Amino acid sequence: MICLLLRRSGVRNSCKLISKQIAKPALNTPAINAHLLHTSIPRRHGEYEWQDPKSPEEIVNITYVDKDGKRTKVQGKVGDNVLYLAHRHGIEMEGACEASLACTTCHVYVHHDFLEKLNEAEEKEDDLLDMAPFLRENSRLGCQILLDKSMEGMELELPKATRNFYVDGHKPKPH
Amino acid sequence: MGLNLLSICRRGLHTSPARLQVIQGVAPTKRICIVGAGPAGFYAAQLLLKQLSDCVVDVVEKLPVPFGLVRFGVAPDHPEVKNVINTFTKTAEHPRLRYFGNVSLGTDVSLKELRERYHAVLLTYGADQDRELELENEQQGNVISARKFVAWYNGLPGAENLNPDLNGRDVTIVGQGNVAVDVARMLLSPLDALRVTDTTEYALEALSRSQVERVHLVGRRGPLQAAFTIKELREMLKLPNVDTRWRTDDFSGVDSLVEKLQRPRKRLTELMLKSLKEQGRASGAAGSKQFLPIFLRAPKAINLGEMEFSVTKLQEDYAVATDNTERLPSDLILRSIGYKSSCVDSDINFDTRRGRVHNTEGRVLKDTEKIDPGLYVAGWLGTGPTGVILTTMSGAFAVAKSICDDIAANVLDTSCAKPGYDAADKRVVTWDGWKRIDQFESEAGKAKGKPREKIVSIQEMLKVAGV
Repeated sequence: MICLLLRRSGVRNSCKLISKQIAKPALNTPAINAHLLHTSIPRRHGEYEWQDPKSPEEIVNITYVDKDGKRTKVQGKVGDNVLYLAHRHGIEMEGACEASLACTTCHVYVHHDFLEKLNEAEEKEDDLLDMAPFLRENSRLGCQILLDKSMEGMELELPKATRNFYVDGHKPKPH
Repeated sequence: MGLNLLSICRRGLHTSPARLQVIQGVAPTKRICIVGAGPAGFYAAQLLLKQLSDCVVDVVEKLPVPFGLVRFGVAPDHPEVKNVINTFTKTAEHPRLRYFGNVSLGTDVSLKELRERYHAVLLTYGADQDRELELENEQQGNVISARKFVAWYNGLPGAENLNPDLNGRDVTIVGQGNVAVDVARMLLSPLDALRVTDTTEYALEALSRSQVERVHLVGRRGPLQAAFTIKELREMLKLPNVDTRWRTDDFSGVDSLVEKLQRPRKRLTELMLKSLKEQGRASGAAGSKQFLPIFLRAPKAINLGEMEFSVTKLQEDYAVATDNTERLPSDLILRSIGYKSSCVDSDINFDTRRGRVHNTEGRVLKDTEKIDPGLYVAGWLGTGPTGVILTTMSGAFAVAKSICDDIAANVLDTSCAKPGYDAADKRVVTWDGWKRIDQFESEAGKAKGKPREKIVSIQEMLKVAGV
């Protein structure tokens, strides 16, 4: 619920910031340009995900599985960012850095064969995933997944929270 | 009974709705106080407000300004990390949250008083001390903590007069965590890259006169135990005009182990090996600066203009000092071997050795085993200073959830109304006050092409906030 509220304000202020960030590396690293082009992600900030599909061809149905195992089926559409789509439907996916690839709070597991259908993770996403607790083979950052028709039926699972982290004297095992 | 309850509960009640609730027998508003307006505090508040529809959350912060390490810790050239401020702001503007800046636990208000005025108190005041090397001469002027250096360039009140001596050529950073790498990057970055950040003006001015050319980043253990993460290392490798030089000897035998490593460690090690292989190939233009990660060296002594290290050997992941030593030229030494928390109120059951509050899953302990109902801890104050923002977020959510569970299970007695903090006649900065500071800083920054120019003096913050 709060996520929903959060989406609207706030993000606008950071628009400028983010676009500045993106503009910088583009100047001297043409290699990343392709990535920048397809990353229409930060520019949108979730407004797009609030639009309903305009035609049945656009519809992509996916399922979120939260950390308690609760399943939520959601009707998305081509181009939706699964982070902001989650916010629209009250799914607790955080997105602290607002899809600017600076945190791991939208870490998800992509079920079954759908991992192969996603764009390969950018180096920057992989670098961040390396910092995510409970990293698995099928880990991705939700903010980097844009829906297309091939993702019909995809399941995204949210990782468990860091339990046991607070026990006195407990040493977290390396992941 | 009813009368009795009334007379007890009425004392100190300020809001008539609360009084009404008592009179009508409705369960009173649950009052929860969070001490510390950093990430742990805001994330906990977020969950509490969402889960408990009849609670009021008061956030008490020592400084006039909120956001803790997001404002004072996150490197100025990582503005995207600070986007989380938007989320925190939304939480702070929730109608059932009150922000009291410029209120210091232990001096302006005691823990005892807070516990009397709230059903639950959650401590999230972080870790504001650093671990020391425990070497002679450590208190010399040319040895400073990386924490203070970070506080200095980020404008933490009280850190503005640090005056780090940047007139020498060599800086030695002891420790290899991401704070150490942040500091190295700040020292080696082209100034123009920093001018467009919210680095304080006095720090920019000092950095513009810096003579620092080489930054040694020294760790006791080997490359396979390096504490920095790949994102931070990659940034260093991409810094213009900075040449990263590894020591080939440090990596002997590492090659053959790479395949067996877990993914994060493997990718980090592969990047180091790749960089090692390529080093020297790039045209090392004269005058370029150097970043020098050095492994297997344990601090031994601090001498004038240099630092002495023991050469170490790894024994089952532990670094053991040998008789061999090495001296590194060190005009400035930055200690970056970890933070610890401080005990700000004598009523806190504090683990001095570990530098954190005794707790089990965020419930503060009375003694070694028994839980002290109604007192909680989250963030670095409870876990020790480790983890990324996701770790702090998950931890804070978990502790906030425990508070909700304890209220539901009547572990906490919430039958009696509590008055909350009495801010009358005190110089308290409200959220509106912070917004005035925020606006002032943003405008001051705009003139210089910076996202903000931080106010560093507490007196000026209070003035701008209008208190």
